[in-house]
Amino acid sequence: MAGPHYIVHDKTDSVGVVVVEGVKKGQMLTGWVMQGNKTVRMKCLNTIPIGHKIALAPMKKGDTILKYGHDIGKAVAAIKKGGHVHVQNLKTKRW
Amino acid sequence: MARKAKKTTTKRKAAKQNKRTKATRRLSAISDRRAKSNRRTGAKPAKRDASKTNRRTKATRRATAKPTRRVRPRRRAQVKRAPVRRSGTKKPTFMGWRRKNGRVGIRNHVIILPLDDLSNAASESVANNIKGTLAIPHSYGRLQFGEDLELHFRTLIGTGSNPNVAAVIVIGIEPEWTGRVVRGIAKTGKPVTGFAIEKHGDIKTVANASRKAKEYLQWASELERQKCQVKDLWVSVKCGESDTTSGLASNPTVGNFIDKFDAWGATTCFGETSEITGAELNCAARGKTKKIGQKFLNTWQAYMDEVIEPHKTDDLSDSQPTKGNIEGGLTTIEEKAFGNLEKIGKKTRYIDVLGPAEAPKKGRGLYFMDSSSAAAECVTLQAAAGFVVHLFPTGQGNIIGNPIEPVIKLSANPRTVRTMGEHVDLDVSGILRREMTLNKAGEALIDITMRTCNGRLTAAETLGHREFVLTKLYRSA
Repeated sequence: MAGPHYIVHDKTDSVGVVVVEGVKKGQMLTGWVMQGNKTVRMKCLNTIPIGHKIALAPMKKGDTILKYGHDIGKAVAAIKKGGHVHVQNLKTKRW
Repeated sequence: MARKAKKTTTKRKAAKQNKRTKATRRLSAISDRRAKSNRRTGAKPAKRDASKTNRRTKATRRATAKPTRRVRPRRRAQVKRAPVRRSGTKKPTFMGWRRKNGRVGIRNHVIILPLDDLSNAASESVANNIKGTLAIPHSYGRLQFGEDLELHFRTLIGTGSNPNVAAVIVIGIEPEWTGRVVRGIAKTGKPVTGFAIEKHGDIKTVANASRKAKEYLQWASELERQKCQVKDLWVSVKCGESDTTSGLASNPTVGNFIDKFDAWGATTCFGETSEITGAELNCAARGKTKKIGQKFLNTWQAYMDEVIEPHKTDDLSDSQPTKGNIEGGLTTIEEKAFGNLEKIGKKTRYIDVLGPAEAPKKGRGLYFMDSSSAAAECVTLQAAAGFVVHLFPTGQGNIIGNPIEPVIKLSANPRTVRTMGEHVDLDVSGILRREMTLNKAGEALIDITMRTCNGRLTAAETLGHREFVLTKLYRSA
């Protein structure tokens, strides 16, 4: 079985993590939700490097982003489903 | 470590070489089992005492055989054998050096420890004269005062007292503070002598210290390893150059290890005060009691109030998370913190909160240490507290080592494993491809750890990584 393109830690998470190199814009991706061991599929809107996050649902500016089932910061720009989530649209609520 | 074949029976050797065919696979399983039952009856260990090298080789070979044994039953009659042959779940033993104070070391260093920056040159000269000793130069030790000075002494005395160290030469500019370090280390019962440079000069000091170092080294070279249990082992953990693969796979692998080792009675330690930020309440909830959890929260809050708040100039992005973390896909400190906390497993609870370089006092179990999240500073403090082997998960490829505490690196990032393979002791990227379960990864980590305890050199040791970085609390007087 080929490994997944991205991994989601918790069922409730709003982002997944790309775990292979060379994911391209427009590519259809296979994801693995670790909690519950489920396979999911989604189209990727950006070229996303290995280790970087992908949005599992559309998000508005100010929305809280969840990973590991916990608050990891807020969206500082609108994000589309399948979009690249990183320093350009996600910021800490600390410091 | 080179494996000597002379003690291997021809049958075993042949079986190992052809392990792919079904028949030989069965054969080698039988011989493995035989070797194992010999070990249990104690027939072999007596023989093993004959020479040090042979014993070490044997121990390494024993550990090396484990994964082979594990893989086999999975492809064959799983129901019949799997429960018996699951080596990772069996409590392992290792051959270590038991010191006079009862603590167990996995290395046998004779170190040349400078009290201060001025004494680095003489210390390095001694280590150059006496091959096999190890100088540990550093940058501080002058005009420090108050808590910062106490931490300096605690770190130096702790480093010399670590059971991975057999004997110590201390060299300082003057005799008073040099003597304080010597007296601190002497409490362990190990040989230690101090030399002061004033009134003698470097050349005479180096000559005198070299003679003593030679005597210690020859003495230490005859100390023998003994069979030790997991409960004798002190293991520290800390991650570095983390990325999202750390939180998903390599940190949970360490967590799996911690859950198993805690149940077996090991003493373990995690730290990184600043890097728990965002997950501090979750971390507090992992204290053995509410009081211990509160002690952690107070420590964390004090760090926020005394260090971060007065000194920060921005939201700390670029420092925490680091540039490397961000390159690897980590965006916020909260995201990094939840990934970090995966290292303490799912059920283990910490039993106390330690100050920097403070030795555990509440017996076996998991401890939190107030420490920097910078790799070398943190591992130096953990080694000074007495931990003898370190587990270091990395995402983007931190290359840190420590002079006295072997640092085992694991990574789940396939790019890091491919481009920086020489730094990685264990590849757990299979977890991300769904080829390896967390439990299997945890067993593989136990295996490589026990091999390291038995003498296998880590990647960092072979590459000469000996980062020894003292934590400085504030400017000197």
